[in-house]
Amino acid sequence: MPSLPDMTTPDVVALAESAAAAQSHDPHVQDVDLKPAFFDWLCRMGDNTLILGHRISEWCGHGPALEEDIALANTALDLIGHTQMWLGLAAEVQSEGRTADDLAFLRDAMKFRNLQLAELPNGDMAVTLMREFLFDAWHFHMLTALTRSASPRVAEIAAKALKEVSYHLERSSDLVVRLGDGTQESHARMQEALDRLWPYSGEMFVADAVDDAVANAGIAPVLADLQPAWQQTVEEVLAEATLTRPEGRADVHRGGKQGRHTEHLGYILAQMQFLQRAYPGASW
Amino acid sequence: MSTPSDAQIWDWLAEVPDPEIPVVSVTDLGIVRDIRWDGDTLVVAVTPTYSGCPATAVIDLAIESHLRDRGIGDLRLERRLSPPWTTDWVTQEGRDKLRAYGIAPPVDGTASDGGTAARAARLAGRSNLVIACPRCGSGNTERVSQFGSTPCKASYRCKDCLEPFDYFKCH
Repeated sequence: MPSLPDMTTPDVVALAESAAAAQSHDPHVQDVDLKPAFFDWLCRMGDNTLILGHRISEWCGHGPALEEDIALANTALDLIGHTQMWLGLAAEVQSEGRTADDLAFLRDAMKFRNLQLAELPNGDMAVTLMREFLFDAWHFHMLTALTRSASPRVAEIAAKALKEVSYHLERSSDLVVRLGDGTQESHARMQEALDRLWPYSGEMFVADAVDDAVANAGIAPVLADLQPAWQQTVEEVLAEATLTRPEGRADVHRGGKQGRHTEHLGYILAQMQFLQRAYPGASW
Repeated sequence: MSTPSDAQIWDWLAEVPDPEIPVVSVTDLGIVRDIRWDGDTLVVAVTPTYSGCPATAVIDLAIESHLRDRGIGDLRLERRLSPPWTTDWVTQEGRDKLRAYGIAPPVDGTASDGGTAARAARLAGRSNLVIACPRCGSGNTERVSQFGSTPCKASYRCKDCLEPFDYFKCH
């Protein structure tokens, strides 16, 4: 198996403890100048996990094997759990009296900040797993960096989520290798999935003013600095899986982070937001 | 009524079962992190096991209603994220109860952030880690899936007595 990134993170607990001590006075949460960028960036984190979590949950009851079905549902649950933390903090930073649920159910597509990769349709298992793997590799390295965030609130969410995302990356890497280096049919499907998804993968590393602002504040890493670690993880797994990394540019399709989405996001929202749109304020 | 002692409150909390695995209590799982008084209000700090665990809300409700039944009217539950929950906090008593219930308890040092060697072994599908079958005690078992019936469990199978079982995985 490929030597995936070192997942030894001995300092996480200590960091999280100091984060807990500082929880009530994280200066970034009340920083008025930082607010627009910080809010937008938290929506990016939360929208990625919300939309990908929703996508993966579509497999529930349709998985090719019971264990896969359960694994996908578990992964989706983790991601929705992360959404509650990220969008919860986003709502707090925004301080307009909204909640994580309000942000999830009452924004329209152009207000969503997820990567286009996250909203792409599930396709077959090859597409689903390859999309997950490309995302998990980014998610893992991103959260690892965020455990060292200058914002204690961000650091504690990252420390919590990272434990779960380590499982996600293990599982998706394992399956990419098994299916890539599997039968002729599974290999062909995995290569096709990779070729299709690759042009969406680069958006993760294209920074804009929002990314620059949170990086300057020490809240999040400089995106370009994450890219080599991601690349290494991806290349090692693809090599083990006997898959060929596409030659073309990885950042062809982008704009999701700024609210420009594929036609697929609207359909997700139509399903996900229906109840709150049809019956505003409904609760049970 | 007079204010109950902290020891009394911990005893009450130890009576609150986990909704998914009712043989263990919320204190066996190590998810009640702290109790304190904020004036006349009892504050109970609870940490989630997994971020998306659907039992979290039910656990909060169970704790609240149990303490209210014991006469604590002024009560607030607080979600505490850090340090993040780890299976190292599952008590010995909790581990014994899990095993008796048919769930293999967590073996420490194998959590996802537990080090490169253990991780590499798991990735390669082999590990010197012995997950003993809770039914017959055999160490001749194999992992069927890293994910099980709840987020905190993995699916295993005993190759001797052939019993499929849940392993409360390290986290």
